Formats: sequence, structure tokens, C-alpha cells
Amino acid sequence: MRYLPHTDQEIAVMLERIGVADLEDLFSGIPAACRLPRELNLEPPLAEAALQQRLEQRAQANRADSSWHSFLGGGYYNHHIPAVIDHLISRSEFYTAYTPYQPEISQGTLQAIFEFQTLICQLTGLDVANASLYDGASACAEAVLMALRCAPGCRRLLISRGLHPRYREVIATYVRYLDVELVEVPLDASGMTDLAAVAALLDAQVAALVVGYPNYLGSMEALAELARLTHEERTRLVVACAEPLALALYQSPGELGADIVVGEGQSFGLPLTFGGPGVGFMAVRQADMRALPGRLVGETRDMEDRRGFVLTLATREQHIRREKATSNICSNQGICAVMVAIYLALLGKNGLPQLARDNYARATYLREKIAALPGFSVPFDAPFFNEFVICCPQPSAEILRRLETNKILAGIDLIRDYPDISHGLLVCVTEQNDRAQLDRLVAALQGGCL
Amino acid sequence: MSALDSKGLILDEQLLFERSVAGRCGYDLAPLDVPPAAPPANLVRAPIEGFPELSEIDVVRHYTRLSTWNYGVDSGFYPLGSCTMKYNPKVNEQLARLPGFSQQHPAIPEHLSQGSLQLMYELQQALCEISGFPALTLQPSAGAQGEFAGMLMIHAWHQAQGNRRHKVLIPDTAHGTNPASAALCGYQVVPIASDGVLSVAAVAAAMDEDVAALMVTNPNTLGLFEAHIREICTLVHERGGLVYCDGANLNALLGVCRPADLGIDVMHFNLHKTFATPHGGGGPGAGPVGVSAALEPFLPLPVVVQEQGVYRLDCDRPLSIGRLRTFASQFGILVRAYAYVLTMGAAGLKKATQLAVLNANYIRARLEAAYHLPYPQRSLHEVVFSDAHLPNNCHTLDVAKRLLDYGYHPPTIYFPLVVQGALMIEPTETESRQVLDEFCDAMLAIAEEAEHHPELLHQAPVNARTRRLDETLAARKPRLKWQP
Repeated sequence: MRYLPHTDQEIAVMLERIGVADLEDLFSGIPAACRLPRELNLEPPLAEAALQQRLEQRAQANRADSSWHSFLGGGYYNHHIPAVIDHLISRSEFYTAYTPYQPEISQGTLQAIFEFQTLICQLTGLDVANASLYDGASACAEAVLMALRCAPGCRRLLISRGLHPRYREVIATYVRYLDVELVEVPLDASGMTDLAAVAALLDAQVAALVVGYPNYLGSMEALAELARLTHEERTRLVVACAEPLALALYQSPGELGADIVVGEGQSFGLPLTFGGPGVGFMAVRQADMRALPGRLVGETRDMEDRRGFVLTLATREQHIRREKATSNICSNQGICAVMVAIYLALLGKNGLPQLARDNYARATYLREKIAALPGFSVPFDAPFFNEFVICCPQPSAEILRRLETNKILAGIDLIRDYPDISHGLLVCVTEQNDRAQLDRLVAALQGGCL
Repeated sequence: MSALDSKGLILDEQLLFERSVAGRCGYDLAPLDVPPAAPPANLVRAPIEGFPELSEIDVVRHYTRLSTWNYGVDSGFYPLGSCTMKYNPKVNEQLARLPGFSQQHPAIPEHLSQGSLQLMYELQQALCEISGFPALTLQPSAGAQGEFAGMLMIHAWHQAQGNRRHKVLIPDTAHGTNPASAALCGYQVVPIASDGVLSVAAVAAAMDEDVAALMVTNPNTLGLFEAHIREICTLVHERGGLVYCDGANLNALLGVCRPADLGIDVMHFNLHKTFATPHGGGGPGAGPVGVSAALEPFLPLPVVVQEQGVYRLDCDRPLSIGRLRTFASQFGILVRAYAYVLTMGAAGLKKATQLAVLNANYIRARLEAAYHLPYPQRSLHEVVFSDAHLPNNCHTLDVAKRLLDYGYHPPTIYFPLVVQGALMIEPTETESRQVLDEFCDAMLAIAEEAEHHPELLHQAPVNARTRRLDETLAARKPRLKWQP
């Protein structure tokens, strides 16, 4: 077996040194009654070529290949990934290392994560960011737990109906047994969180209000107004960015008054890979630094006064504080955070806003074209970024099925999550959708109305 | 002073932000082929303060240089105890990047994603066979989230029985994630002392009507098999509780022993440990959870199911604890683990376990005269020494830092907490006898140095990228981002 280096002779020498007769004797600490009396029943092993063949078969059974046009978003976005990223993270010094517990031989990971933390602070407009969390939804749930820790005695959370439905479900899972009340805040007619409802629901018992920016329906929430309301009650405003590219075009949540900003970093250089791994991020205000979950990298000096980086403020964490830790998290999304940092470094101050404007222009073009189609409408007029809702003349499922025959994935059916939106379809546009694709989608939709 | 402080080919590198030059960009966008548009001006953001401006080669050099300051399994021996730093097969990296997987959006209709769903289903079946559990979720993002899912299911099961129990028993050898995960489910943690292994009496004394579960790690963090586990499971079950097993150390048991057969009700796997997926400098991992039939209705959403050769994600499960992440799984990690299982087969997995245990015991045999071994029982895949016999004020941290000078990643240090000054060594099966001998020679040389030249330990490392770093300073005056 090519991964196992031992020769029979080496095994014999090692057993002799240990003082046992054979490999089975090494397991004498396991009582006979605990042993498996048979071999495992698994497929016979595959050599490398057969393995590649098997996996290629599975991959090919996923039938929507790159010849399809996709307008799917909803929390994962089809952006172009610069070739540089995969080359750099294929440096095995990065991807075969573990958590940088020994800083003197982990400066590569540590500096890269320190830079990631800085980039997330700059992007979100907040003071302190951690080294990453699993994904957008679990980061959002961790933000809620943090808000509860920071507001002892407050057991109520206001969750906007515009927040990504899966994020809402994950929050519900995380607080399932914590004696917390979740209150849903409705949306107004423009597709944003209803400010009057927020004002009516806020009181001193509310630990946090959670909204999306953009929200699931594509609307850029009125964060400044929401922050004004929440701060009257010292409630924390938690903002979740499932498409953080929007932050290169729209004002940052931090400057608008958000207290905790979380999100999904997949848009920044990570492949779609059927929904994971992505990478969650989280940034907070300075005053809440010690309540942060997850790893943090900090700058320090070595014995010769050279700059270096270490994991720090570990007294928040499970391996020191055990049941009193700020979170149970241990592994994060290390290499994915490095991918995000590489992406942001490549695009940078000039490229990222340019890309965001590009996405916005394409989405605007498509939205106007669809709105002009007979039978179709756009129900919301809130500011949006690269994703928006359309109402179709027939059930969305029928439209989607018909467009699939043209190799078009036209969007996400909203019937399960927002049944009150009549025949709603969530359509996403990125730089990967050129004008020819947009026009084809419009023509295909139109074909259905005739 | 020059901007870069390289010494010959030991290359220095500034922060991204310090290399930035106004006007550079490492990305070209195609010309806009639709009319330009912009949102209302009052909503538009000013240029992002401090964001880097770099060309492609700046970025490539930056990360290439940073990589040279790192040490991975491909660089050399990485005996980090409890982390199972085995070799990460290269073909698995290639397979996870197949366009049919990597370009697949999670919201794609199920009839167009049968390949991925089948792969998940088959991995699920294989992990069930390996562990003995009848049902399993691939959803949890890492071990700690798997623990959380498992404890939520235990809580939900008790609730469905009409019980409300408040306590969870956790041995003092457990990983910190265990008590943290239990607390997240609203449980009060009751530590129980173990003397190497857990005794039936210790569990019996703590096990009352208010205990929801016992969380154990088997083999435990001392590398010892919990020899009384069957009796302990029976006892906990008789008193109405369930048993959770932390599967971090499953690499010691493949094909030898199946946790479900011992009476365990729930266990998480760490695919990034046992199943050779890379650790990525801290993640991503994946933490599938196997459960007994009684707990199956509570599995998190969605569950991959197969009916007449058609695969789908089942979300219609009213007793489920709910969802743990945005989309179904860390799919890219599952592809690698699936490839690993297919490559190894039953005999290969068992051989891997045998050789992992052989390697740990070989290191133990070579080092036990020089380093104090606090628990003399037969250990499995890892061995825990302590610094109790080291002279001249030399401690575990000094040994760890001196190992850097010899070109090794140190073992896990100061864990488990029950051993003062612990040095926890897990070699894994992918290391050859040569490598182990070289490492043991270094460890023996360090023990000699502690005797005759303790300053070499106290000053270490001298051959690493940096000298010893001031962690106290980092914590006292936190600088967590670059500032101009």
C-alpha cells in the first residue's frame, strides 16, 4: 500500500524492540469482547487510475456542466476565481499544516491570517475580526450567542424575515436549548426589514436584531435607521453578509452602525463545491473583543525584537476555559480564509469596487429587461446589488423546469421560503453572465409567456 | 533600515498592506457589455481605507515567501498528539477539484446533482460500516460541531421521552471541546476523575437520574483504550442516560473495534484526522456523526437518502434537531475522505491502524528510559510523556522549542491536563521506521542537552524563522490587525 512505508522486515524489528510477538499483540489493551470478530465489509481497494475513473463518473453524473447558464445565488455565488489562488494554496506548507500552535514554524499561516483579519475589518468597517468560522450561517449563530453573552439577562432576539432562511434555521438550532425567544420581524413592501415593526418590538429584553445586507431577497437594508433604533435600547445590531462583494459598492455596515458583522466569504475566490467548504467571517467593535468566539492572531515580538505573530487571547477558548469558553469551536476554515485573503489582495482597492459595479450594472440590466416582459414583475424597489426577486406569470417551478431544457438555471424558487410572494424567483447575476447570457434568459422567459 | 530584512535566502516579507503601491491591481475585468449603472450616490461607499493595491506577481511572491515560513506534513514529521497528522494523498486533492464537483452550485436541482449525492450516500454507508452505527449525518463542519450536533440529539431524545435532564459527565482527560459543546446545549458539566482509564465505580458514583449523558473519548487522550467501556455503557443506559464518544482517536480502532458495538449511542468522526483530509492550517475539517437507531429521527437536516437508485436530500423530518450550516456539508472534504476509503479498503484501513499503533509503541519503547511515562499501561496510537524527569529547570515547552532546531514539529504539549507537563506524541501510520528513529535520536539528544547544556533548551529555537515569541505581550496589548 503506497501510503504505508513499512516493510515486513521493519515491522519485525520494531515489534522486537517493543517486545511483542505480532501486530495483534499491540491491541492487548482492548478486551476480546470489544473486538470486531470479522473484517469490515467495504469495497475492495482501488488503485489510483481506477479511483480517478470512479470519481470522474460521480462528477459526470452531476449533469449541469459549464455549458449551462446559471443564475443561482442565494448565499453562494458564481464568481470568477483567479488561477493564482489554487496555485498558491496548493503549496503544501500551507495546506498540510495544522492550527499554528507553534508560532516559530507557523509564521506563514499566522501572518496570512493576521492579514485576513485586517482585510475583514477594512471591508466590514469594524475594529476586530477573528480567524474565521465554519460558514455564513454558523457565523451568524455564533454572533447571536455572542450578543446574548454581552447582554446578560436579555433572552429575546429579533430576526428579520429577510435574513437568509438557512441562517434563520441555524440560529434556531444553536439556541434550541438555551431558553431564548426568537421573534420574526416582517418585511415592508419595498423588500426591507419593516422599521416600524422593529421599533414596536424593541425593548430592554432584546439582545440583538439580526438582518441581512444584502438580505436574502437582494435588498440592501437601511442599516443606519436600524442602528439608530437598536442603539436606543442598547440592543446589538447583527448584520449578516451572504454576498460580501456588495460591501465594495455600498457603505460598510460598520460605518452605518452595525455592532457585529458576519458573513460568508465564498464569493471571494472559493469554488462552489456543492455548498462547502466556504468560510464564515466575523467582526466586532473593540469593546466586544474579549467576547469573540474562535481563534485570533495577534502581533508580537520575538527575543530579538523581530515582528512575529501568535494565536492570542486564548483564555476565551475551549481548550483553556472548557465549559465557560465563548464557543466550542476549535477547527476553523484556515486555508479558506487564506484563499479569501489572496483574492482580496489580487483585486484590492481598485479591482473589488470595479467588480462590484460590474455585477450591479449587469443585475440592473437584467432586472429592467425582465420587468418589461409581459406577465413578469419585480415586486421590490429597495436598493439591491446582484440579486433580485421576480414574480412570474406561472409557478416558478414550471418556469425553471422549462428553462432547464435550454440549459438555463434561471434562479431559486421562493415557494418554500416565501410562499406569500406570488410565483417568486430569486435571480442572481455576476460577472460570469455576459450580455448574451442575460439576453438568452430574457428570451427564454419571454418564450414561456407566449 | 531596508524594507526587507532577508538574510541571504532566508527571505523576509512585509505585510500585504506595506507592499501596496497606489494604482496597482492584480485582476483584469472584461469590459462591461451592458450600460453602466450605479446605486443612489448617498449609499455608495468611498474607496476602502487601507485596502491593498498589488500586481499579480506581488501577491504570488508574498504567499510563496510566507509558505516557506510554515511547516506541514509534507515538510516533515508532525507528531502532534490527538491531531492525527497523517499524509494527505495528492490524488485526493486533484479529485476534489474535478469541475463536476467544484463548479456545482448547492441550489442545483437534485436530478442534476446525482453524482454528488451518490458520493455522499456511499460515504455515509462506508462510515456506518466502519463504526457500526446504523445512521449517520455528514453535515457537521468539524469535530466540535459534530459534538454539538450529537449533544443536541441526546437532548432531543430525552425530551421526546418526556425527560428533562441537566447534567453531562465528562472525564478529566477529555478535549476542551467536549465540555464547551455540552454547555452550548444547556447542560451542566460534571467532571469525573479517571486513573488512566475510567472505572465503572467512578461512573456509577456520578450517574444519577439527572445525568443526560456521559461523554468519553476512546481510546482516551492518554492513548489508552477504555477497557470497561461496555460495562460503563450498560450502566449509563440502565440509569436512563446515553453515551457520547468523541471519535478524535478513531485512527486507533479501524477494523479492530467498532464503537457502536460497544454500546456507544453517538460518535463524531474527524475526517481531517482519521480519513487523511488535509488540516489546512486550521481547517476546513468535517465531523460526521453516527447514531444508534433510537437517535436517527433527530439527525440534523438535510439527510441524504436513496430510493430506487435516486438520491435526494430529505428535509421532511419533524423530529430533527434542525440545520447546522448553510448548505448540506463541507462537500469538498467528503470527496477526499471518500477517495481515501476507496483507496484503502477494509484491509488497508486495518493495516493503517495497526501501523499507527506500532509506530506509537516503537517511539515509546525508544524514549521511555529518557522521558517520564506517567501511565505504564499498554497504549495505542499515541503516547504521553511528561517533563517530570527533566533536570536543570527544563520543561516541556523547552523540549518543544528545541525540537524546532532539530527540524521537527513538536508534539502536543500540556495536554491532556491530567498529566503535568504533558508531551503527547502521535506518529500516525504513514511514518517510516527511519523517520521515527531520527526523531527519537533528536529527542534523546535533547534529553542529554537538558542534562549538560540546558541553555540550549532555554534559548531555543535558534534555527527557526523567529526566536521564541512573546505570547504574554500579544495578550496584554492585543494588536489584531495592521494599522498604518
